[in-house]
Amino acid sequence: MATFFLRRTIAAVVLLFAITALAYVLIYTAGGNIARNILGELATQEQIDALTTELGLDRPLVVQYVDWLRNAITGDLGISFFTGTPVVDSLATRLPVSLSLVTLSILVSTVIGVVLGVTAAVQRGWIDRGMQIFSVIAESLPNFFVGLVLVSVFAITLGLFPATGYIPLQDSVSGWISTITLPVTALVIGSIASGAQQIRSAVLDVLKKDYVRTLRARGLSEPVILFQNVLRNAAPPAVTVVSLQFIGMLSGAVLIERVFALPGLGSLAVDAAIRGDIPVIMGVLVLTAIIVVIVNLLVDLAVTWINPKARVQ
Amino acid sequence: MSDLLIGGEPEIDPSAPRLGVLRRYLRNPLAVTATVVLAVIVLACILAGVIAPGSPTFSRLDMVNAPPGGEYILGGDGAGRDVLSRLIYAGRLTLLGALITVVVASVIGVTSGLIAGYYAGVFDNIAGWAANLLIVLPGTIVLVSLFAVIGPNILLSMAVLGVMFAPSFFRVVRNQVIAVKNELYVDAARVSGLSNMRIIARHILYIVRAPIIILSASIAGAAIVVQAGLEFLGLGDPATPTWGGMLQDAYANLYTGQHLLLPPGLAIGITVGSCILIANGVRDALEGDESTRVRRPRRPKVRSQQSRPRPRTNGVPATAADNGALLSVSDLVVGYDTDTGDTKNVVHGIDLTVERGQIMGLVGESGSGKTQIALSVLGLLPAGGAVREGAVFLHGVDLAGLSPRQMRQVLGRTIGYIPQEPMSNLDPSFKIGHQLTKPMRSALRISSAEARRRAEALLERVGIPEPRRVMGSYPHQISGGMAQRVLIAGAVSCDPALLIADEPTTALDVTVQAEILDLIRDLQRERQLGVLLVTHNFGVVADICDRVAVMKSGRIVEERSVHEIFDDPRDPYTISLLASTVEGAPLRAPLTS
Repeated sequence: MATFFLRRTIAAVVLLFAITALAYVLIYTAGGNIARNILGELATQEQIDALTTELGLDRPLVVQYVDWLRNAITGDLGISFFTGTPVVDSLATRLPVSLSLVTLSILVSTVIGVVLGVTAAVQRGWIDRGMQIFSVIAESLPNFFVGLVLVSVFAITLGLFPATGYIPLQDSVSGWISTITLPVTALVIGSIASGAQQIRSAVLDVLKKDYVRTLRARGLSEPVILFQNVLRNAAPPAVTVVSLQFIGMLSGAVLIERVFALPGLGSLAVDAAIRGDIPVIMGVLVLTAIIVVIVNLLVDLAVTWINPKARVQ
Repeated sequence: MSDLLIGGEPEIDPSAPRLGVLRRYLRNPLAVTATVVLAVIVLACILAGVIAPGSPTFSRLDMVNAPPGGEYILGGDGAGRDVLSRLIYAGRLTLLGALITVVVASVIGVTSGLIAGYYAGVFDNIAGWAANLLIVLPGTIVLVSLFAVIGPNILLSMAVLGVMFAPSFFRVVRNQVIAVKNELYVDAARVSGLSNMRIIARHILYIVRAPIIILSASIAGAAIVVQAGLEFLGLGDPATPTWGGMLQDAYANLYTGQHLLLPPGLAIGITVGSCILIANGVRDALEGDESTRVRRPRRPKVRSQQSRPRPRTNGVPATAADNGALLSVSDLVVGYDTDTGDTKNVVHGIDLTVERGQIMGLVGESGSGKTQIALSVLGLLPAGGAVREGAVFLHGVDLAGLSPRQMRQVLGRTIGYIPQEPMSNLDPSFKIGHQLTKPMRSALRISSAEARRRAEALLERVGIPEPRRVMGSYPHQISGGMAQRVLIAGAVSCDPALLIADEPTTALDVTVQAEILDLIRDLQRERQLGVLLVTHNFGVVADICDRVAVMKSGRIVEERSVHEIFDDPRDPYTISLLASTVEGAPLRAPLTS
């Protein structure tokens, strides 16, 4: 187990290096454009060159990357080209917003997705049909469009929720709930649909197994077989699905944060991307990669813990 | 990048029949509708110049946020432009972007997958590593970051998205190539002098074409959503109308122009939905009949004569004295629902009796319905199958009249079941000890410690040398022969009166087969069990059965004692079976019919 953990951690660190290095290569090729972006169309070539030198973008690629990396390892991700605030500070204020949105969403979508998927697999019939139809519709609609419709109906027309804004949990629980309900709803509908589908097929796969028939032949009751044997064996694919959905939600949150004007990582990234604020973008990328790596590590551990075959190897 | 992919990667079974995939697809009304809808959308976008009522970019100040139904059918947008015209023109860039993503992803993914799968080695390792790296990245965040570098060039962004989707193609193609690389027919192609390229083109691309279509449709749908998202964030090309850009406009005018929201949203939804339905349609067509809906088994009708007292005595029927026969199957008809709504019978009215202390062999070719009889006795026919007529009596009690709870008691205490495949009949997630003790604790209501003690004794009895070690093992850690011994121990653990053994030795090595048969015989003598033994092997019958019933096409053609059958077979089918299986049997009579 320890060597397994070690191997995964090393792989995770390699992944982080690869992502940041790749990002630097891309940014380096765009070198001149960055200063032009910042100064605007009217800037003279001298001004652009001066800013490029000032930002250190004229140094060789390797020097820039090593410099950035050395600082990054000590927790210093640089200073925003525009606001002058340290990137780490911006990330620290934005992260809780995004994390609370994504974490609550993954909890909601996992619970509902598992219940729906298992019910559809066990009951079949019209429940199953209904879920299939719901899935296709929910997966067809982009989450930000769902968000826009929710704002239009529940915030603007009915006035039940605020259309935009965010109230932190520590300031007011009811305020947090009122500002997070619509974003979470918009974010979870698609993942409930795809999650329920995949959990349904995982459960159906297990229900077809010979050992389930043998368990029935031993006189065990259906609930016991379902909750102990079937769900246990359907869990590894389900855990993988949930981890992919978590990563998908990080992407989805970028759009949802824009729709509801939530001050999260996504809106930070979009603003930074439009302005060409490289340090901030690198910070968001690194933070996202770290989150992805941690989630994958947890999932690997969970699957190893559930599946005895993986555990022994 | 699989986070954005809808439905996941398709699994392919190379053995599934390829013929008729197109025909099955065309018979699926939903998939055909989706194909037509998508074709109409594509055509409308291509012919935008002809069918759009006006210019997508012409602004009229008097039409700013104009409601639908007037001069502009779908109203005017925030800049006074015709929503309908914009909607039709906007599809162009959206669909082109999706096409670019699919082409880039499939070209990179399929090519690298073919090379990695066929030549393996270093390239395979590097490509696999890169695929794993790409697949975990959150797509939208990467594309947003890239915007800082590549600027407002949505088609380039879509090409990058294609690179990020390439691993999905890579994995499917690589795995498939590895699966068929060493197939005999590919070897044959190689031996007959075909070049590697021709082998790949002919055999492997042929097999992966359906999964590629499925993936392409799924990825096209995902790409449309991602592209719309980028445009909604303002990272698109502001000069060209796009569905995502129209949603951005709708967002900006959310308070004054709510009519702007639905047209682009539904356009995306319908296009993406069509892609998903096409992917699902191809998948269903590929999986063939297996994917057609399995109806829930109808509950067998409870006959009126079931007013007789129901036994509640630990599953041992109270009416045992009524009828001497341990198991009596009378006039049993087993049928399955078919696609067309009819019933197809696989067992046509058979009678069978197993007495206590007797081993009844049920022998026949595969497909003759013998396993169906065994499963009917257990009440465990697969979905769609049911006992249509006749009944199964245990000590004179009609099993169809029992409640599910009573049936579970009968299964737990009175009937033991030995399945065919030892490895697939043990739950891979639980230790052997747990799997042995759980039914005992549930059926006999004994303590965990007592159940463990009994399980150890049982394992010792069935010839397992280190019961404790095996109890602590997972199924994958023991051999097939051992697993079958464990299953036999499980079958007799609650002291049943009747044993149903469905081809108990078929999946085992020849040397182990005889030992397992001896074990069943010994246990049967010790405990005076009645045994219904399903087999296709007359050798097994000769070894341990007392009586034998010969089945053909769902009917019993002959049922007598083993000696009589072997000495004096009467039915021509029995004679031909014996002639084909038993060494030293009389020469086969020439075929007359």
